[in-house]
Amino acid sequence: MFKLAPLKFIKMAGHSQEIDSATAWGGNGSPFRLSYGKQMMWFFLISDALTFGGLLCAYGFFRHQYGTWPVGEEVFNAMPFLGNGFPLLYVALMTFILIVSSVTMVLAVEAGHRMDKKGVIKWLTWTVVGGFFFVGSQAWEWYHFIHGSDYGAFLTTEGWGTLLALDVDAQTATFDFHHGRALIDGAAGWELYANNVGHIQGANLIENEYAPMIPQFGNLFFFITGFHGFHVLSGVVINLIILINVVKGVYDERGHFEMVEKVGLYWHFVDLVWVFVFTFFYLV
Amino acid sequence: MERDDLHMDHHYSVSANHDEHHGKEIRKTIWKVTIILTVITIVEVLTGAFVKQYVEGTQNNIWPFIKWSFIVLTLVKAGYIVLKFMHLGDETKTFRLMVLIPYAIFIAYLIFILITESSYWNGILYP
Repeated sequence: MFKLAPLKFIKMAGHSQEIDSATAWGGNGSPFRLSYGKQMMWFFLISDALTFGGLLCAYGFFRHQYGTWPVGEEVFNAMPFLGNGFPLLYVALMTFILIVSSVTMVLAVEAGHRMDKKGVIKWLTWTVVGGFFFVGSQAWEWYHFIHGSDYGAFLTTEGWGTLLALDVDAQTATFDFHHGRALIDGAAGWELYANNVGHIQGANLIENEYAPMIPQFGNLFFFITGFHGFHVLSGVVINLIILINVVKGVYDERGHFEMVEKVGLYWHFVDLVWVFVFTFFYLV
Repeated sequence: MERDDLHMDHHYSVSANHDEHHGKEIRKTIWKVTIILTVITIVEVLTGAFVKQYVEGTQNNIWPFIKWSFIVLTLVKAGYIVLKFMHLGDETKTFRLMVLIPYAIFIAYLIFILITESSYWNGILYP
């Protein structure tokens, strides 16, 4: 009765058109003007977004419960080969890499819409390269986070403090008690060091030097960035598989590059999650 | 029986194709969004690196303002990624609402209930 006229929807390239309800509910086509695969990718992404939403809300729960929390730019201030003193620079670089790989992905999708196979190969390759760089950066950050600072944190009579410098011969030590307090150094620092009653260096699932009183800080870091990193890794693998298919000419034969669009949705989602992780773990 | 999803798949996908002229316009939008996202990230990082969250053990007076502007900027970035890069802005209105509304309701409730409960625990643990 309600016969679908495909030509009607071809007019506006790249955009789904609004349709009247008779056509929408008449069967013989998606009421959303979306292919089955794309719609299911969206459903998967919604469920995945709920998982990440749950993890970040759990992070908010613990942070709010403790009232105090380590400051992002104090914990994450190291650069490869350059040492400490570069607050947020490394993670900003990671964020930039992921944004750029998201851009190359959307350019690959656009090239696919023009049936430009060479363009798809070029941009998709850059996307895979960006993904590898991000995963590598995260591996370095995890190594640094687990390994910890030069001396670690000590429990002194002033509370938990990070030992920044130590000179055993001169009997001096420099302590940082964070949250903007003045450093304690020289003989006073040595006094604190000599009478310490606890020591943590680096981080694991039981304790961490960044927030010695908040074991959840390490747990949440490992779970949330780890779960995201695992998504990036699987995204790189999926992109690679699709890239091989593009090179083999599978989608030329099919007449459209919609598979690139579907993996593109997943890849953008990974970028989207990182935007939130970046804000709540590093900035706020 | 003929698989109408495969059949339809073809139609919708072809309808998504565009010519060189249209492609140029789309690429222009892509680069514009790239610049916006990059500038927002740079502003966030500079603010985060230079504005101190704590001054001599107590929270900086302007920190709540900075914190909320970070959250707003994050939502702006998320909006650009979802609507422009993921093309949700180009889908039908019904689909757009179906994706966004249930998720927004669920997460808003989750945030509300967890912040309420953790405030309660905070009051018990650190009265």
